[in-house]
Parts: sequence; structure tokens; C-alpha cells
Amino acid sequence: MGGKLFRNFSFFSATLSFFLLVGIFAILFTYAQESMHTFGFDFLYTEIWEPGEDDEGGIFGGYIPIMGTLMSTLIAMILATPLAMGIAIFLTEIAPGQIVKPFSIAIELLAAIPSIIYGMWGLFYFAPIVQLLFGGNGVGLLTAGIVLAIMVIPFMAAITRDSMNTTPDVLKESAYAIGATKFEVIKDVIMPYSKGGIIGSIILSLGRALGETMAVAFLIGSVMTVPKVITDPTTSIPVLLANNFAEAQDLEISSMYYLALILFVVSFTVIALAKFYFFGRKKH
Amino acid sequence: MNRLLLNKIVLILSTVSAFIGIGFLFWILITLTYKGLAGVHFETFTKDLVEGGIRNLLVGQFTMALMATLVAVPLGVLAGIYLREYGHGSKFASVIRTLSDVMTSAPSIVIGVFVFAILVDPFGGYNGWAGIVALAIMMLPIIIGTTDNMLALVPKELREAGIALGGSKHKIILQIVLQAAKVGVTTGILLSFARIIGETAPLLFTSANNQFFTMDLTGQFPSLTVSIYNLATYPDEASRNLAWAASFILTAIVLFINLTGRYFTRNKH
Amino acid sequence: MTLKKIITAAVAASVALTAVHADELKGRGASFPGPVYKAWTSGYFAATGKKVNYTPTGSGDGIKSITKRMVDFAGSDKPLKPAKLKKEKLYMFPSVVGSIVLAYNLDGVKDGELKLSRAAVDAIFTGKAKFWDDAVITKENAGLKLPHAPITTCVRADKSGTTFNFTYFLNKINPEFKVSKKPTWKAGKVVAGKSNSGVSANIQQIKNSIGYIEYSYKIKLGLPAAQVENKEGKFINPTVASFQDAAKYASWTPANDFYAVIGDPAGATSYPIVAATFILLPEEKTETNKQVTAFMDWAYANGDKAAADLGYVPLPSSTKDEIRKYWEAKGIK
Repeated sequence: MGGKLFRNFSFFSATLSFFLLVGIFAILFTYAQESMHTFGFDFLYTEIWEPGEDDEGGIFGGYIPIMGTLMSTLIAMILATPLAMGIAIFLTEIAPGQIVKPFSIAIELLAAIPSIIYGMWGLFYFAPIVQLLFGGNGVGLLTAGIVLAIMVIPFMAAITRDSMNTTPDVLKESAYAIGATKFEVIKDVIMPYSKGGIIGSIILSLGRALGETMAVAFLIGSVMTVPKVITDPTTSIPVLLANNFAEAQDLEISSMYYLALILFVVSFTVIALAKFYFFGRKKH
Repeated sequence: MNRLLLNKIVLILSTVSAFIGIGFLFWILITLTYKGLAGVHFETFTKDLVEGGIRNLLVGQFTMALMATLVAVPLGVLAGIYLREYGHGSKFASVIRTLSDVMTSAPSIVIGVFVFAILVDPFGGYNGWAGIVALAIMMLPIIIGTTDNMLALVPKELREAGIALGGSKHKIILQIVLQAAKVGVTTGILLSFARIIGETAPLLFTSANNQFFTMDLTGQFPSLTVSIYNLATYPDEASRNLAWAASFILTAIVLFINLTGRYFTRNKH
Repeated sequence: MTLKKIITAAVAASVALTAVHADELKGRGASFPGPVYKAWTSGYFAATGKKVNYTPTGSGDGIKSITKRMVDFAGSDKPLKPAKLKKEKLYMFPSVVGSIVLAYNLDGVKDGELKLSRAAVDAIFTGKAKFWDDAVITKENAGLKLPHAPITTCVRADKSGTTFNFTYFLNKINPEFKVSKKPTWKAGKVVAGKSNSGVSANIQQIKNSIGYIEYSYKIKLGLPAAQVENKEGKFINPTVASFQDAAKYASWTPANDFYAVIGDPAGATSYPIVAATFILLPEEKTETNKQVTAFMDWAYANGDKAAADLGYVPLPSSTKDEIRKYWEAKGIK
């Protein structure tokens, strides 16, 4: 009797994540209807975001925030991937035993720092450096991309390290036995063995970067303009939502839901791809 | 290129990247400590935001995070138990497992938008409950994931011994398996608590913020993180110092919980 | 649409959210009067023990919050036209007058040294002048050494009444410029910040920038601000005296819920970019409205000094009396 009840409860809890996902999709989709009917797919490449007189009607297009999201994520991935790989290699193959632990903990602590802290630190301490080196106003696409990279590095490095650690020692040792250098072992033994996990970690980090809000909100400049150079300010989907969702009405808020839906679907697809394709088999 | 030279270059580059990573950690922590400690006074903890302190914000943020934990933990642990103990190996369980993994990385701002649509818009105002639900949604998949993984570490033999003693399945799960995985699950809960207490995006338009002390969850509720976001972009020195102080305290709390969690698991294994 | 209703109803039914009457008044909106409202709410709390929680987000947020009835009152620097008020069932009245200054971050150029003609303001914010040493700017500033550096304009990221009043002024100079709470800026380099604070912080942070902010933010931060050419061709420093001169030309009447945009007034000594800020109340909430008007009544009676100290211009007492009569007429006093 109690067993049945317990089983049912746990079954219900397990289905909850499914219903939540469906619920989020359904709600976003429903509230986005007005905008979807008005703008259709033109929404994706319209550069205008202009509410009408007295906040009724208007023309809304998601091109600028969508591009801002993609561009800042791209910059972050280009910078983060080599560094994260380096850290993972250092932790698995280079660092002497007693250093691995504190370094690992430090990297994981870096991942635990709330994103708003990255934003604030980035605005006051990092943006001026970017301005000094690359020009511009300090805030903009490049600054957002770099700080985003710093945020995903620990996450990516930790998963990559775990994947690399799964390489059987026998394989590595036999490679060393025939005179391979460390780099060759990494390149020809570890990398091929943990390829799935490494690509997966990159895609997972990409998913994270796409949806990151607070750090980017401090740093991207929050203006609805197409950046002409990489240091120019622009905006991204999460930042537009963070700044303007609360004050939007009617067609504008519907367009915000449309953007949230796009972000949700894209990041869902990206993450599901990583989980299913690259981590699926290992997690039996 | 000389393969030994190439080897050396790669090893040096890897070491350099590790030190760059650590460098950022220290840079951020030193900045925070330096700027934060300057703004922390005794009054910071005894006064509310309206008077230039963070007492109400700390209480508000903890209240919401704790309430979210109360919601998410039973549901998450039960779901994890189902995935590992009942549905293990079934198609259903593997689909749910993947979906909940995906939920772990769902953009937090989208969860804020979702909760706004179901709990703020229809009820005519920002409220603490909406903030709690948003945080609970963030937390749930993390708890499911850790419970699932921790239960997987419990040796089969324990379960078999339970069956041999004639225990019913749910008793074995609750009294033997969950007991064995207790430390791991608790750590998971601690770590996910540390994660949600630092969240801002899901609270921006759910709980919003309140400059006064309040325990009324049906109205705008004080949030430390939302306040940091507002204060940090204020131009005056006093607000900014308060933002740094609040950031320092928040980070200290988050890292402390993290380290505590790690300490527990280290002792265990 | 029906699906939306069903979902809303289902959620409303399944979650038992009891509406407990809170003991504080909730307001959101305009950040323009943020500092003075903060002073008033603190003073009111100290004097009466009553809590008024005003969140200075932006006028756009305020207008939405009050039309959706999410707050007890809203602040907006954009007056709503009588038709709009009627449609959304709102009352409106002004609370205080303030002004918008053009604050800048230019090495070696001190407060009040930069003179901006109407043509220069237009050129800067429409992007016609890209560099600080553009002829339209240097013409009036022969004594200053303006750099050949690109101009960064600091604007608002949110829908703002400050922006509305500033674009109202721009529109008076150049009718092609649309009056809007959140226009699409055409200037070369634009950086946006949240609320008056965010813009002020950006001006502070970014070299060779200029932006429009409420006067008290300039005072509090010690940001240098420009003299601006008024309607009669005079260059006027932003000072409380020049705001008072400008405010004299405002005319309010309860007949249209005090609707008036008071920017770019006549008078040789008037500072041109002034604005009134308004309170919006939901018609049907008589009880909370009475509490809000009690607070405002207290502020009209006791808040003039705090307002003036922060650089705002208190309403003339005749206008205050008109407002009190308006409350009585609407049954919310």
C-alpha cells in the first residue's frame, strides 16, 4: 500500500520535468502568438524595434538581439575552447599530483561565482582594459564575449577533464612505452578516446553562453543597433528581456515572448544534441 | 617541426592557460574582497535597503532560496529515485533523464519569463511566491541529476541484502539505498542551493525587489541579487559601495557553501 | 487567445495565492523623480511610520504597471493624454518639476563651460556631428579645446519619460525628430543605460561622452553639464533659478487631468529642457488612492525643501490647491 503510493509519487515527480518543459514551451508559444501572426518569420531579419504611439502596435524585429546573442556566444566560444582544453590537459596530464586537487577546486569555484558578480567585475575592472587595448567605449560585443568566455571556461574545462580522465591508463602507458611524447599521447590517444565528451562539453558551454543574462547585461551596451565593429555596443535576447520585458505591453511583450521562445528552442536543441549525441551512450 | 619542441610548446601553453584561469579567479576574488570589505559595516547587516543596508535583502534572498529548496528537494529526490530505482533501464526513464539534464541548462531568464506569465501576470503583481517557483524550477533538475547519480554509486549488493531480509522495495530505497547515498545527495542539495541563491535573472520580474523589510510573499519581495544589479549601475559612490559589499557577501556565502559541500564528499570517499 | 485564457484560468485555480492586504503602498515608474520620491518616502516613513515603496524603474514600466493594476500608483514623466487616461481608467496629477541637463565627460572642460546651441544639440543626437571638434559645436566654444574624438551619446535602455521630454525638446528644434519614450537613435556611437542612474554611470565611465540626465543626478555626482540655448537664443546654465523661471510658463488645469508638456518655454532666462513628472492612480481603487493622496498631500506640505535641495522645483502653491480640489472632486482625498 505505502509502497504503491511512494512509487506513484516518485513517478509523478519524475514526469514533472517533462511537464515543465512542455509547459514552458506552450506558455511562450501561446503568448508569442500575436507577434508571430503579425510578423511571421520576417521577425527574424527585421532590424526595427519600435513601439507605436501610446505603446499600441508598432514594428518589432528580432534581428539585432538574435545576432547579438549569436555573435557574443561565438566570440566566447572561440576564446574559451583553447583555454579550457589547455586547463583540462594541464589537470589530467601535466600537473603533479598534489597540485591537481587545489587547481581543480579553484577552477570549480570559478564556475560557482554568480554571474552578476562577473558582470559587475567586468564592467568596472575588465571593460576599461578592453577599451584600452581595442578602443570603443569599454562596453560592447567584444567585452561581453570575453567575459562570457571567462564564465564558461571552468564549466567546459571541468567536463573536458572528466572525459579525458576516462581514458584507460593502459592505453596511455602503452603509447608512452613506444616512446610517444605527452603531446602525442594527448593528440593520438586521449583526444580520440574522449572526443565525444570534449565536443559535448563545447556544445554544452555554448548552450550556457547563449542563455547567459546578467554578465552580458552589464557589458553589451544594451542598445538596439547593429554593431559596425566588434567593440560596438549592441544587445542580446536575454539582455533585452532583462531590461525591457517588465515595461512592455501588447504587441511588444508578445514579441518579447517570441524572442524568449526562439532562445528556448535554440538552447534546448543545442543542449539536447550535446546530451543525446555525445553523452547519450556513456550514461547507459 | 621537431616533435619534442612541439611537445614542449603544447605543455607550456596548457600550463599557461591553467594559470590564466586561476589568475581570473584571484583577480575577481581580490577585487571583491578589496572593494567589498571597504563597504561592509556593522550597519550593513542591521539596516534595510531603504536606509543603506542589506538586512532585508539577505533575509529575502535566503527566504526565497530556502522555500525553493523545500519545494524542489522532495520532488527532485523522488524523481531521482524513480529514475534510478523504479524506471531504470526503461525508455521512459532515459527520456526523462535527458530532458531533466537539458532543463539544467535552460536559460534562467526564460524561466523568469515563464513564471511571469503564470504567476505574475494573472495575479496582478510581482510577488515572492513567483520568485520561489522560478528558483525551484531552476533547482529541480539539478537535484534530480545528483540524486540519480548518487544512487547509481550505491552498490547493488546493498539492495540485494535488503531484499534477502524481506524488505519491501520502498523501504529498501528509503532506509538502505538513500541512507547509503545520504552524503552525496546532501552535497548535491548544498551545491544546488549555492547555485540558486546567486541567481538574478529568474527574479528580475518575478519577485522584483523591495527596499523595506517584509515577509509578505504576496507582494514585491526583497532580493539581494536584484538589488546588486540595480545598485551597481547607480552612479553614486554610496550605492556602488553597497553593491560591492553585497557582492562580496553573496560570493562569500556561495563559495562557503560550495567548499562545505566539497569537504563533506571528500571525507566520505 | 482562448488557450491563453484557459491556461491562465487553470493556473489561477490551481495555485492558491491569497491576496493578503499589505501594509505598504507600492509604486513603480519614472526614475526622473526617483531621488526626490526617495527623500519624500523616507521623510513620510519617519513622520508617520507609513511605508511607501517606490521603485524607480522608468516611466514605461510605471505606465504598464498601473494599466495592468500591478501597483497602487505609478510615476511617469510622460503625461498621458485625457483620452488615454479615460481608456485605462486612470487619474493623473503632477508632483514636482525637474529639469534635464546635458552632462558630459570631456577632459579639461569644466562644468558650464561647454555651450550647446540648439543646432549643436540636434547635430549631436541625430549623428550629424560625429566628432567633438565639429564646426557646429566649436562655433560657440571658441575658448575651449575640443578634441577630435568621436562623440559617444549616452541614452536610455528603457522606455523613459526623461527621454520623452528630451525628445520633445529635440522635436522643437528639428521637427523630423520623433517624440518618443524610446526612439531609435541615429547617432554614431550610442551606449544605453537603465534609468537615469545607468546613464549617469555611463557618462562617468566613458570618455568623450555626453548624455541627458535629470539635474539631481548631475548635482549628486558632480558631473559637468552644458549651457543650452533656449527658445530666445540665450545660453542658459542649468540652475534652480533658471528652472524656476522656466516653470513659471507652465499652465496646468484639472479639466484635462493637468496634461501639459512644459519643455522649451518662453522667457529669456528660462532653462529650456524642463519637465513635470506625474502620478497615475487607478480610478477604482478608492481606498489605496486615499492613502496615496495622503502621502502626496504630506509631500506638498512638507517636501518642498527636500525637493529644492535636490534641484527640483516644487509646484506653485496655486497648482497644489488645484490638485487638492481635483482629489476632492474625484472622491480620493
